[in-house]
Amino acid sequence: MVNTNRAWWRLLLLFCAVMLAAAAVEAGDKRAWKPLEKDFLHDPQGTSIQDLQNPGEAMSSLPADGAGNLVDWVRALREGYIQPRTNVFPETKVNVLDLDLIYGNTGDQPFVRFPHKPHTEWLDCINCHDEIFKTQFNGSGIKMSLILEGKFCGQCHGAVAFPLTECKRCHSVAPESFKGKFGAQQPLPVTQNAAPANNKKK
Amino acid sequence: MWRLGLGLLVACAVVEPVWAEYADVVLNRLSEANGMRPVIYPHWFHRIRFRCKVCHSELGFKMRVGSNEINMLKLMDGQYCGRCHNNDVAWGLDNCHRCHSGRKGMETGIRGGHKAGGPGYW
Ligand code: HEC
Ligand code: HEC
Ligand code: HEC
Ligand code: HEC
Ligand code: HEC
Ligand code: HEC
Repeated sequence: MVNTNRAWWRLLLLFCAVMLAAAAVEAGDKRAWKPLEKDFLHDPQGTSIQDLQNPGEAMSSLPADGAGNLVDWVRALREGYIQPRTNVFPETKVNVLDLDLIYGNTGDQPFVRFPHKPHTEWLDCINCHDEIFKTQFNGSGIKMSLILEGKFCGQCHGAVAFPLTECKRCHSVAPESFKGKFGAQQPLPVTQNAAPANNKKK
Repeated sequence: MWRLGLGLLVACAVVEPVWAEYADVVLNRLSEANGMRPVIYPHWFHRIRFRCKVCHSELGFKMRVGSNEINMLKLMDGQYCGRCHNNDVAWGLDNCHRCHSGRKGMETGIRGGHKAGGPGYW
């Protein structure tokens, strides 16, 4: 009786150890993507699964990020890991703008830097102007509470671009070190060169 | 010992997060009502190949899930997904099951990983 009891405990202990080890591995490699048959979205009964690519297969070679797709898409593009097409119609004009805006109405949080460059590398002006944002600094009434409701920046951030839990990627300018004026940073401040460093954690 | 048991339970919970990939879109305005599985559109897969502006500017996809009145006739006419899934830019519309790949009973909407909610879902 005592022996079987011991054996059970040992078995349980072993099981615990294995599970905890598995948990540790999972925690160490934050980048674990669900295979399609386990994502509760694709029908594992369907004939499609084997024809489709698993997220991990496509994204494990791209620069890491801690949230969203677990990929730093800005770096992936800038550093040439991916070369997504800019247009499918040859006559389309591809617009890119290098203009940073700095917002100071951020309560106890660091100031916000909105960089046009990484945005316009992915998006066209008409994706934001003038439906989401007026073409004028402080012209649209941006507020954090509205962003969290999915307006302004929250239309993309929290849906497709990195999620809103990543406060520091937007609130990236330390008030102590920023001596310029809010709004358009043109000519671009010296700190501009340091800006992408915020995202070069890894 | 009960502590370890508890640890075990917590460990199990941590090891098994079940979610769709961030920014996957389910399109089911018409599909299931017409006898097909819901459509799953993966943003992550397409953005490796195309910038947002291709779909959301050139091809006119509005950035609001469910707001584009997509149907098979329009696709065959070369609109929306049909601009690329035409055996030219990408494989053609005869591969029904690659698009209509979702579980039955899912509603149209954007899905995401552990940290996603998407607009309006916070
Ligand atoms: C701008 C062009 C373009 C548009 C628009 C487009 N696709 Fe695609 N899609 C592609 C390309 C390119 C591939 C990769 C084809 C290949 O690997 O041969 C692809 C692949 C796919 C795949 C397979 C992914 C995998 O795991 O292999 C699915 C599913 C898909 N598309 C669904 C859709 C749906 C649904 C729409 C419309 C809502 C759509 N696509 C619109 C270009 C496009
Ligand atoms: C996508 C970018 C983005 C992210 C992510 C983000 N914020 Fe903001 N936040 C802003 C912008 C833009 C403003 C408006 C600044 C202004 O009007 O001067 C703002 C304003 C604020 C304000 C000032 C009060 C208000 O309502 O406007 C606070 C506090 C704040 N954010 C906290 C946070 C916290 C906490 C997080 C993380 C949970 C976060 N933010 C994530 C962009 C962001
Ligand atoms: C991701 C969204 C986004 C895209 C894409 C975008 N912008 Fe903006 N733009 C903004 C925001 C946000 C503001 C500030 C609005 C506010 O503060 O209310 C702004 C402001 C501006 C301003 C005014 C700056 C000032 O000093 O007042 C100009 C000019 C501008 N954008 C031009 C462009 C052009 C040209 C493009 C395309 C190449 C473009 N934008 C693409 C988001 C965007
Ligand atoms: C139309 C969609 C859209 C809107 C609106 C938008 N963003 Fe973005 N943003 C993106 C995309 C796409 C990226 C690329 C990274 C990604 O997908 O995670 C990005 C990246 C960023 C980055 C990272 C830049 C870098 O160098 O790593 C910051 C910071 C940022 N956005 C801030 C903002 C702020 C602040 C606002 C609101 C004023 C905003 N965004 C509105 C789509 C958008
Ligand atoms: C191959 C085409 C394609 C590309 C490329 C693409 N999208 Fe989308 N996007 C879609 C489709 C399809 C939908 C769903 C539209 C519908 O349901 O009517 C969508 C929906 C959205 C939505 C609405 C989400 C919501 O909550 O309602 C946002 C925001 C969005 N996309 C942002 C982006 C951003 C940012 C990028 C670039 C990083 C991007 N998309 C690239 C096809 C694309
Ligand atoms: C490139 C992706 C794609 C492929 C391939 C595809 N579909 Fe669709 N299909 C869609 C989308 C997107 C919708 C609209 C989804 C919705 O909102 O329910 C749709 C809708 C439908 C509908 C709803 C009614 C209608 O007429 O629109 C039927 C039925 C359908 N598809 C059948 C098929 C069949 C049969 C095939 C293969 C011959 C096929 N589809 C291939 C993307 C695709």
